[in-house]
Amino acid sequence: MTDTNMTAMTRTAAAPAAKATLPPPVRFRFWAWLWGDKRALISLAYLSVLVLAAIFAPLIVPYAPNKQNLMDLLAPPSGAHWLGTDDLGRDTLSRLIYGSYNALYAASLAVGIGVAIGVPLGVFIGFVGGWIDQVGSRIIDGVLAFPPLVLAVAVTGALGIGLTNAMIAVGFAFAPVLARTMRAQTLVVKNALYVEAAVGFGASRLHLILRHILPNAIQPVIVEVTLMLAVALLAEAGLSFLSLGVQPPESSWGGMLARAYHYVEVAPEQMYAPGFAILFTALAFNTLGESIRVLLDPTIKRR
Amino acid sequence: MMYGVPGMVAQRLMQLVPVMIVATFVVFSLVYMMPGDPAMMIAGDYATAERIAEIRQFYGFDRPMLVQYFFWLGNAVQGDLGHSLFSNESVLRLILSRLPHTVLLVLYALVLGAALGVPLGILAATRQGTTLDKIITSVASLGVAVPNFWLGIILVTLFSLGYRWFPATGAVSVFEKPLEALYYATLPAVALSTGVVAVLARQVRSALLEVLGSQYIRTLRAKGLGSGAILWKHGLRNVAATMLTIAGLQVNRLFSSAVIIEAVFAIPGVGNLISYSALNKDFPVVQGVALVLVLVVILTNLLVDVLNATFDPRVAAST
Repeated sequence: MTDTNMTAMTRTAAAPAAKATLPPPVRFRFWAWLWGDKRALISLAYLSVLVLAAIFAPLIVPYAPNKQNLMDLLAPPSGAHWLGTDDLGRDTLSRLIYGSYNALYAASLAVGIGVAIGVPLGVFIGFVGGWIDQVGSRIIDGVLAFPPLVLAVAVTGALGIGLTNAMIAVGFAFAPVLARTMRAQTLVVKNALYVEAAVGFGASRLHLILRHILPNAIQPVIVEVTLMLAVALLAEAGLSFLSLGVQPPESSWGGMLARAYHYVEVAPEQMYAPGFAILFTALAFNTLGESIRVLLDPTIKRR
Repeated sequence: MMYGVPGMVAQRLMQLVPVMIVATFVVFSLVYMMPGDPAMMIAGDYATAERIAEIRQFYGFDRPMLVQYFFWLGNAVQGDLGHSLFSNESVLRLILSRLPHTVLLVLYALVLGAALGVPLGILAATRQGTTLDKIITSVASLGVAVPNFWLGIILVTLFSLGYRWFPATGAVSVFEKPLEALYYATLPAVALSTGVVAVLARQVRSALLEVLGSQYIRTLRAKGLGSGAILWKHGLRNVAATMLTIAGLQVNRLFSSAVIIEAVFAIPGVGNLISYSALNKDFPVVQGVALVLVLVVILTNLLVDVLNATFDPRVAAST
């Protein structure tokens, strides 16, 4: 625990000090960075297409996602149904596109809740210190000890089954991870010279936290949040596979896999599309997260 | 004041007390997350008045929350985790009969992950920048992103339904027929292990690169020591602690993924038990599984710390 804090300290403590002696920072050129990092470019392009598909799903789907055609069950891919149909004769491509909405909504909700609880908590206990920090850190350790999905299943069971509750549960499991990072960063930043200077000028605590500590401590959290979107996406797929998440007839990638698994001997091709959708999306979030990590901290090389 | 490994263990145990209190309190407070009267919610729609009264008494809902917590904790410490609302079986007995399946699966996946991940990490580090290194790091990225349960389905389709090499579903008790139990657990363990392979390969690679680039390795090289001896005698020895720590942290993730993998392979472990019980609102069972698994994880972390301290005197000295 202390070892990791130490390394985090030495790495980030050097950055603000170096910044102070540099000329005014060069404006960050988003497009130049994106063009220079092809992996980030591909990931972002893929995710943009996915977001657009999710938003405009009703306009682009070839069939209504819940329209059953009992004459055409578990059909293989064809001109009429590009990805075939499921066991109720519903168009797989249409359900896949509608599923992207639930996947992205779920991932954003879970990570959003994690940020909303974890970031303020981490900053608060790191800033105040003393026994509040002690108690807060123990609470973080205690919640972190749970296998995340076990906690999520238990909390979903308590709150009631359904996508929103399941993602609240996943967000609850994310919160201590973010709180721990934010606390460690706050401890580093609050001793920086510019914070002392702001205190000298009579800045209020709220001003200190919002204007000085938060912006300078948030960088590792941005990376963590991007990587967490992938974890949340996988969690949504898993919970929906267990029927704890998205409820039928609404479509989700995990739920589609659960149905496809029932008929895997009859129509094995039905399980590929949702699986690859989950894999590619998780891969895109992970790749983007690694790229942002390299962007924010040029001293580390891409792994 | 004690020093060395026993002293470290004593100190860790002290640190565990607050973590245990928080973890048990989280499990306990799950009942308060339920909308409405928790006793009625737990009892379900068709419960009799006596049943509701029984549940109210078990949790002590008529008393202040903190009193209830200690009441519940007291019962839990004595092994009384309540009874399943469906089978009326003792929750503890239910969990203990199913835990071996899950533990076998997690250990098997951990061993598989280490057996594959560590050599891959070493290969990538010693051939840094080559095509092989790039392939290994790319495969590692896939390993973190692939949904385990989907991989499980694919493995079933290929090796059970296709080639019929492995049974598609089910499990055998490891105490009765150990070899057959391993055979049944092979496909699920493979599906479960991808994350471990990926994370270990990455971490071993970066840790080894750091060690191999350090001053004393350069000195050894200058003294004429062969690269094989450097890698095996000096490089890996310094990476061992990292490997052990990373592997220990993976246990937490493995129990997470096992919840879904057990559903795919119809393994009667605690993962299947908790998701089934959550679906059916069998709340004492949900709480029991969460409690037992969090304890297993906490004790695993303790074990990793102790092993690290045993192998590396510096760890014990630094606490």
